[in-house]
Amino acid sequence: MPKVKFDILESTCVSLPLENVDTDQIIPARFLSATSRQGFGDNLFRDWRYTKSGEKNNEFVLNNPVYNGKVLVAGKNFGSGSSREHAVWAIFDYGFRAVVSSFFADIFMGNALNNGLLPIVISDDLLKKLQSLIQKDPGTKVKIDLEQQTFTILSTGDTAKFAINPYKKECLLKGLDDIDFLLSIKSLITSYEDNKSFVK
Amino acid sequence: MKSKTLFDKIWDSHVVKSIEDGPDVLYIDRQYIHEVTSPQAFNGLKERGIPVFRPGKTIATADHNIPTKDQHLQIRDQLSRTQVERLSENCQKYGIELFGLNHPKNGIVHVIGPELGYTLPGMTIVCGDSHTSTHGAFGTIAFGIGTSEVEMVLATQCILQPKPKKMRITLDGKLQKGVTSKDIIMYIISEISASGATGYFVEYCGSAIRDLSMEGRMTICNMSIEMGARGGLIAPDETTFEYLRKLPSIPGIVDLKSSIEEWKKLQSDSDAVFDKDLKFDASAIKPMITYGTNPGMGMAIDGSIPITDENGSKASASFLKSLDYMGFKPGMKLLGHPIDYVFIGSCTNGRIEDFRAFAKIISGRKKADNVTALIVPGSKKVEEQMVAEGLIAVFKSAGFEVRQPGCSSCLAMNEDKIPQGKYAVSTSNRNFEGRQGPGARTLLASPLTAAAAAITGKISDPREFITEERKAKN
Repeated sequence: MPKVKFDILESTCVSLPLENVDTDQIIPARFLSATSRQGFGDNLFRDWRYTKSGEKNNEFVLNNPVYNGKVLVAGKNFGSGSSREHAVWAIFDYGFRAVVSSFFADIFMGNALNNGLLPIVISDDLLKKLQSLIQKDPGTKVKIDLEQQTFTILSTGDTAKFAINPYKKECLLKGLDDIDFLLSIKSLITSYEDNKSFVK
Repeated sequence: MKSKTLFDKIWDSHVVKSIEDGPDVLYIDRQYIHEVTSPQAFNGLKERGIPVFRPGKTIATADHNIPTKDQHLQIRDQLSRTQVERLSENCQKYGIELFGLNHPKNGIVHVIGPELGYTLPGMTIVCGDSHTSTHGAFGTIAFGIGTSEVEMVLATQCILQPKPKKMRITLDGKLQKGVTSKDIIMYIISEISASGATGYFVEYCGSAIRDLSMEGRMTICNMSIEMGARGGLIAPDETTFEYLRKLPSIPGIVDLKSSIEEWKKLQSDSDAVFDKDLKFDASAIKPMITYGTNPGMGMAIDGSIPITDENGSKASASFLKSLDYMGFKPGMKLLGHPIDYVFIGSCTNGRIEDFRAFAKIISGRKKADNVTALIVPGSKKVEEQMVAEGLIAVFKSAGFEVRQPGCSSCLAMNEDKIPQGKYAVSTSNRNFEGRQGPGARTLLASPLTAAAAAITGKISDPREFITEERKAKN
């Protein structure tokens, strides 16, 4: 797993205000045949980004040059479905560093944290406000401060605290990964194995 | 001692270390891997220069990407071939047992695990596949993980996990004829939505669950993820033990009798507290079908598409987009709507009991001319059993094509794609946009409902095809 650092991010956003966007939309299964982590960004939202005949779908937000940035603003229940980490790799590879929504699917959230793509949960109301601000002004910027756990819409000053597991926060701030940690407690693992008894 | 749920008991006994304000370090008894979500994990080990810590606790199969025709020939798609070859190389290099393509025990990971005796009560089980929840049917904590976590488990046999909340879903009552375990789980998901159990691990209880076979229970647990749950489990009972007694062998178990005595203790305490408790009346459930593009968008087969979205609020843009993709309108009835494809198979409904159910309706009838049907066994062993029971002959004489085992059209990574705009009644688990191929329109249903559609060529109520003697076991 990659070691990625995250501290402060200030960026414009790309808004995709649809609910229940599942990992098959983020990266369709037919593009999962690679054996490395790179290059999945080319097929991010593939079937929405391109028409049936393979041309760019100009209606889709990623193809609208007005909208860009490192923050993806998504709808409720983002990342549901398959456990494919390729969905996170595709979003990261495309250039996003944070995803904002009012609700994420569990496995997606864990995968995102394991790859340095920060999933930020904000209230439904703030999410709606942010979506309409971006629609009116594609230059709308947000600031994410991981140390402070704050999410701010710079033009309006709206600030929200977001939750993150303190252990994961530490990993992201320092660029550490879980495998380093698990390897460091190997003696505990072997002693667990030696003493393992049946479920009580 | 504080009373505990079954989930707590298994979880707590697998915690190697609790990190303050952080996740638990959870020991994993069994990891299943497959060709699609493992190569990057092995790359990670190579980069670190570390071995697989406990290779004997990992079992591998090739299933997601493989063709279901001419499996003896070289895989035509180069990327797929590379993935399958990479899995073989990695398993050989690291000493992992592989039931690869053409192995007599090959099959879908969640079908072969239980049938080969690798899934046992009380275990913690993970796999880089969200339908790992299937194994919960045996009273295990089983859940899907990402590739970084596959790498963690290969490297240390442990995973870092925050403990989920607990939900109990109780189903009492007797099922109506023509209603299967698939309908039960589709009904629950339609009631609580595709995100209704996010953050929870579910225990299924009640008489309607007790009445189910192991295959039926696996179907229920399998789709737990479709309502957002991390997993689902069912306490083991005599049905579980009978299933295990009938297996030809169980790796690692010397004295099954005494193991069963231990497994009998795997029950939630009677006064255990769940974070959420839901109850449903099983006798009220009808055969189900989905009409939209997430598994929460399901209804009784004789019902009408709601005019509001699944949360009961005014139809949202997402809801209307979904119906538009399906070519449906709010308020529409689906009975009688023509269909083009039928897919029976997958880790949800690719077990022998599912093909027996399908055959109950198909036997002595003919496939409708407008229907292309894909019948894909979940494993080589299921295929063998289908031959032995004469089911393949039944399907062939009814005009169906029977394929070789694999995940196939459930996620359409291989050639088994449903064409653009076509309707497929599918016994799989996801009706997402493009899941079965770009533009494909999936209608999730039970094997009985799929059979009724296959012979009529349109969405049909399976209850009309079941006489008492044809009545299929749930």
